[in-house]
Amino acid sequence: MEAASIPAQQSFSVERLRGLISKYGIIILLLAGPIAFAVIDLSDQGNLVRLGDNLVAGVSNGAIWGLVAIGYTLVYGIVELINFAHGDVFMIGSFVSASFFVSIGLHQGQEVFVLFVGLVLTLVIAMFACGALNSMIERVAYRPLRTAPKLAPLITAVGFSFLLQNVGLLWKTGSQQSIPDLINAQHTLATIFGVQIQNSAVLAIAVTIPLLLLMTTFISRSRLGKAMRATAQDPEAARLMGINVDTTISLTFAIGGMLAGAAGLIYALFQTTIWYFQGFTGGLIAFTAAVMGGIGNLRGAVLGGLIIGCIQQISDNRIGTSWTPAVVFGYLILIMVFKPTGLLGEQTRDAG
Amino acid sequence: MTARMPSLPAGENRRRLNIGLALVAIVVGIILPFGWPNGAPFIQDCAQALAYVVMALGLNIVVGFAGLLDLGYVAFFAIGAYMAGYFGSGFFDAINHQKGLHFLVGGTTAHLPGIHFNFIVILIIAAAVAALAGLIIGLPTLRLRGDYIAIVTLAFGEIIYIFAVNGDSIVIGGQPLTAGRQGISPVDPIDLPIVGRFGLLDLRPWYWFALALVVIVLFVNLRLRDSRLGRAWVALREDEVAAVAMGIPAVKTKLQAYATGAAFGGIAGAFLGSFLNTVNADQFQFYFSILVLGMVILGGLGSIWGVVLGAIVLSFINSWFIPDVLSTIPGKLGSTFDVTQITFGIYGFLLVVIMILRPQGLLPERRHKLELAEHDENDDSVATANESFYTAQA
Repeated sequence: MEAASIPAQQSFSVERLRGLISKYGIIILLLAGPIAFAVIDLSDQGNLVRLGDNLVAGVSNGAIWGLVAIGYTLVYGIVELINFAHGDVFMIGSFVSASFFVSIGLHQGQEVFVLFVGLVLTLVIAMFACGALNSMIERVAYRPLRTAPKLAPLITAVGFSFLLQNVGLLWKTGSQQSIPDLINAQHTLATIFGVQIQNSAVLAIAVTIPLLLLMTTFISRSRLGKAMRATAQDPEAARLMGINVDTTISLTFAIGGMLAGAAGLIYALFQTTIWYFQGFTGGLIAFTAAVMGGIGNLRGAVLGGLIIGCIQQISDNRIGTSWTPAVVFGYLILIMVFKPTGLLGEQTRDAG
Repeated sequence: MTARMPSLPAGENRRRLNIGLALVAIVVGIILPFGWPNGAPFIQDCAQALAYVVMALGLNIVVGFAGLLDLGYVAFFAIGAYMAGYFGSGFFDAINHQKGLHFLVGGTTAHLPGIHFNFIVILIIAAAVAALAGLIIGLPTLRLRGDYIAIVTLAFGEIIYIFAVNGDSIVIGGQPLTAGRQGISPVDPIDLPIVGRFGLLDLRPWYWFALALVVIVLFVNLRLRDSRLGRAWVALREDEVAAVAMGIPAVKTKLQAYATGAAFGGIAGAFLGSFLNTVNADQFQFYFSILVLGMVILGGLGSIWGVVLGAIVLSFINSWFIPDVLSTIPGKLGSTFDVTQITFGIYGFLLVVIMILRPQGLLPERRHKLELAEHDENDDSVATANESFYTAQA
């Protein structure tokens, strides 16, 4: 596993060239598409409105992936496990919030104040439910396997992912369910330089940014956050320093789950349709985002989410929705080839 | 120094016993279908289970021996099946001015439009193309750490699935790449020199063909495990740094694991394509990768006999237990609940329970068993356990 560090003594110029490629190659790769489309747009229409629309939609969509990606990145940072069930926790978050706000009687066209209070309540419920669910999964499926070979918890993660998908399937059937469009998602709130900014985009940004700020402050300042980082660096030493490692890991899963719950609510309001399979694709996309930014790195996860969101929108708009997953996965493979440590560098035990 | 672990006299006895058991198993396997009418669903399930055994043995090389977690194994199933579809059906009906292209096929098939090759040729093509794809998929993962390999292979698997689904919209010179969800159908049945064409309802020859494939693949697997290459795979899995220091070429060895595993997947895929008589994009979903991985893990990673058992068990859970047994229970209890809806959930549940109760699988490989026992003891006893293990080996 540590073999990557072995060829460090190779000839210097090759190493340097490789360094340059891994430093800038990925940025060139990422920018190639948008710049090409910008040139095409400029020559066809004389302005960049279409690309701007893509990017606005992409950033707001990407904010959701960023929230989910943080869950992956936190968990990977602390227990070095790809929590495959995380995407499905996000799906359950959507289902819980949709069911909840329908059952408390929220509907389109209500007073803004009522809607606001109702949605904040829904947000709290969804975050709580998903946080509890995620730490329950950790307790049942991962903790008993902490000393087992690395493959074992990955398999239970996939198992739980299937279980949750099936819960979703039984809960809301196998087809896409449309839910009340509470925030009037497609309504254009403002137009800047011809680029339309919809309600949904504003909502996604307005919820995501405060949550992210809260989370980064929590992790960098609070006692628990410090305990989390200590455990991520060296669980044994952390235990010796009097940190309760089990509780800390549970809490990490809870925080990841809470963010996934919040993302679930925003996704439901944003897309106005939910289905049981959204967690699988969404989870893969979010994981791609986490890897792109550098796994274990919170800011990286958000950045990766935003970039992936933009790639998705551009691909949806120009190549076709059915090809978008292939484009995203193609990018994932390219990133893995050129910069396995991600854009902002990984922060895991192995990376130091 | 041989790879066989027990001391000599006991080992020799054990070896004879094993060969005897294997012969009995093969004979039982050959006469088994006579216990059921020729078109019985049971024989169908058996043939399918045997094809899954081939696939699971292939994945076992990558995941079990070499320790490279592959979550996109369905890609090789897809490639194998598409080779059966491309080279043994009327899919390319415009080729050669609609007269078709034929190679070593007889009977009516020799006059159909499209490409029609002999099935043995198709098997070889499928194995070769899948092995090539294995190399291509393996290359970018070489620099990566364990979990990242899983994600990259998964991404490749999904990309191939997306190409299979949307392939009907990629038209090159009037010829689509795949038939998408519609499926390439019918696919030529297997046509062997002396036996002749396999009938669609005459299931026994299919079963025997699959059995023959399993026996061959099993033999290759057993020999590979004990070969220099097999031991190199296990060494890389156990400790890459140490293995490289001992002179094992990591890149070459890993790529060989990918290619070999993929080739078996391709062979099984080509057989299933012909056997199921359709090559349909929906067969190639992520779920299938997990099904095969589940077989490997249920049986015991790296343990050949365990994987065979795991594949048969999971295959029958899939084709018989859930649809035929579990689904009748709600009816008897007076409810209309459709159990096939929760096949996924049952799988997930089984995976979780098996991993927690028996992380080493049903018939664990010796080395894995040892590895798991390590964690129960303290460090000193681990060292001694390892020492005695290696001295026993020498």
